[in-house]
Amino acid sequence: MTIKDKASNSDWTIIFICWIVASVSTLGSLFFSEIMEFPPCTLCWYQRIFMFPLVTILLVGLFPFDKNIIKYALPLAIAGWSIAFYHSLLYSGFIPESIQPCSQGVSCSETYLDLFGFLTIPMLSLISFSIIIGLLLILRRRLSK
Amino acid sequence: MKKQHIVLFSSAILILLFVLGIYLYKSYQTKKLGFMARENASVFVRGYSQTLGADDAKVYLIKFSDPACETCSTFHPFVKQLMASNPGKIKLVIRYAPFHDGADYFVKILEASKKQGKYWETLDVMYKTQRYWASHHNPKPQLIWRFLPRAGLDMEKIRKDMNNPEIVGIINQDLADAKTLNVRKTPGFFVNGKPLSSFGYKQLKELVDSEISKYY
Repeated sequence: MTIKDKASNSDWTIIFICWIVASVSTLGSLFFSEIMEFPPCTLCWYQRIFMFPLVTILLVGLFPFDKNIIKYALPLAIAGWSIAFYHSLLYSGFIPESIQPCSQGVSCSETYLDLFGFLTIPMLSLISFSIIIGLLLILRRRLSK
Repeated sequence: MKKQHIVLFSSAILILLFVLGIYLYKSYQTKKLGFMARENASVFVRGYSQTLGADDAKVYLIKFSDPACETCSTFHPFVKQLMASNPGKIKLVIRYAPFHDGADYFVKILEASKKQGKYWETLDVMYKTQRYWASHHNPKPQLIWRFLPRAGLDMEKIRKDMNNPEIVGIINQDLADAKTLNVRKTPGFFVNGKPLSSFGYKQLKELVDSEISKYY
């Protein structure tokens, strides 16, 4: 195997990990809503809108490996991250509930899950989007060299 | 390993974990609720709860329902049929989970009808005429008054009794119990404390049958 091959293999692996993260997040959010029957609030839906397509887009970018995938996946991930960040602030109380946009129906600040005292559902979403963005940025630097 | 295989393999693992998660979560829930049924039976049946069926029945069918919920209404004849085909073995317990906007109003009427001994007649009339007054797009709660006389109720008394603050207490207690028992949709069924894990007529019948065969 040549050096170039090895390098392109790691590039492939980076996107593959992004795909795994997106898939785990998608299945996880479906588990919360369909199995544990937590009703997803409006903000959760917006995050899902940006997370679910990543599963398909990243998979398409893997076969054959297409470096343009960064161009398509990064905007989705950044948009999702922004909503997750806002949601986390709302959840942790930095933004008071009175100014949240979704007071009707399901509350966006009601806590359903709290693992180890800090891992809430919006936090999980924020972590997933952060990993995906981080990996995509690393890949972009590697490829621009 | 080829890349295609890596992805296929990972997909299979993820889906397997998902299914395993479903299985573990459901069995954990069943265990937890089974424990509650033994240790804290009042979460399922409160003293004020309306019941139907023999007092010595060993199979308790608990139904968290909402007079304005369409599925509750379509399930109602089926539940009655279940009881008729197992005479004396099933005790039906009605709990309230008025999740629809403004459904409290109908629960109040229903509870008030209890004082006239016409609870089941009123519930029947409500479910039969529900589509006229509880449409999602155009709810007309006042329209229910046109149908209520069919249950043979003293309307003056209903209007007076439905404002009894005790009823609000009943609704709040039922909603609190629904939350404890993780009822987020109506109708929510429990048979001797076991939740209906997948929703449907057939599943409910199977759950009831399995409990009947356990006790009779």
